[in-house]
Amino acid sequence: MVRQKLLILYSATPMLTDRVGAWTLYDATGKEHHTTGDSEEPPYPSVFAAMQDGWRVIQFPAQFPAYPGMELTTSYLRWEFVLEKLEEV
Amino acid sequence: MSFPMVEKKDLLTSVQMANFISDGFLRFDEIVPDEINQASMREIDEKRVPSHYERSGRELSGLWPESDGFGAMFRLPQVQGLIRSLVGTEPLYDHHAFHKVGPRHVEGQIWHADNIIDPRLAFDIQLFYYPHDTPREMGGTMFLPGSHLRRIHETDIGRYQNFRGQMPMVCKAGTVAVAHHGIWHCAQPNATDSMRYMFKLRINPTVRQALLWNTDDLDSPEIGNILFRNHGWYGNDDRLEYAQRIKLWRFLTDNDHYDTHYWLTRVENNPERRIAAVA
Repeated sequence: MVRQKLLILYSATPMLTDRVGAWTLYDATGKEHHTTGDSEEPPYPSVFAAMQDGWRVIQFPAQFPAYPGMELTTSYLRWEFVLEKLEEV
Repeated sequence: MSFPMVEKKDLLTSVQMANFISDGFLRFDEIVPDEINQASMREIDEKRVPSHYERSGRELSGLWPESDGFGAMFRLPQVQGLIRSLVGTEPLYDHHAFHKVGPRHVEGQIWHADNIIDPRLAFDIQLFYYPHDTPREMGGTMFLPGSHLRRIHETDIGRYQNFRGQMPMVCKAGTVAVAHHGIWHCAQPNATDSMRYMFKLRINPTVRQALLWNTDDLDSPEIGNILFRNHGWYGNDDRLEYAQRIKLWRFLTDNDHYDTHYWLTRVENNPERRIAAVA
């Protein structure tokens, strides 16, 4: 039986080799449990490093021009890459 | 009942205010005396202060006048000084909460901000008071420095788990943090056998938030660099954060022309002066 692990990495820029600033891991195999604030360093320094370890990128961040009047504002982390691994359980 | 007069020595400095603008919070370790910490814990155990909200919008100065715990905490001169510096005189009570995390609670709270999308320059503050020691294994509130100016709605940020530079409130009893209403935060798991408490109090201003602190150091050269502090999780949004901070500093200092590192001056330069064509 196969289960999915999702790794979400937030890169400093749209470049896949850039530095990861935030991260999230959901492990449906049940082998690992993760929650908020449980690590100080990301599991990989970059999205590309995760790819080299077998993670498959399944979603790229779309890029949008700023809405008029919102050019200098910030909200969510923009450079969000979703990666997956499928593992036997 | 009114609050005692605040002395200048208890006000925040301009450098502290700049740190608040860059980080979204300030922490004051062990400023509450032990007798007030002990009284606060008794007030929780004996239910002598209400766990339900008081009437929102009432004057803070009249809240819990008989309390020798939580009421005494926010009447401390240093706490009054930071309230006065950030939201001025006659502030209003918004709401309070006694947050508890039970023993052996393994799940961290979802990241959130305590607000809907709130684009005001005016801001509320929240006091976070820790009446007992809070080591890391007991959790503490996790703050994300520099997150407070982002336009998000409450738990919209719940997909995130960890950030570079996230800061757990690991502290001794009697520590108080004061945060901008927009700060991203979450309660952390409690691996101990004891209940963890944290008291939160939200306060609204009733006056224009300008130059309310000790401004003797307003021209300190440190301020420009503090406003340019790059938190490790920003990525290339850091420059947009600096722009937001400069705008907020202009508001707080009543100075529409304040700038640092030529940041907003450059993008606001829209010359209208016309010159004669070359003959």
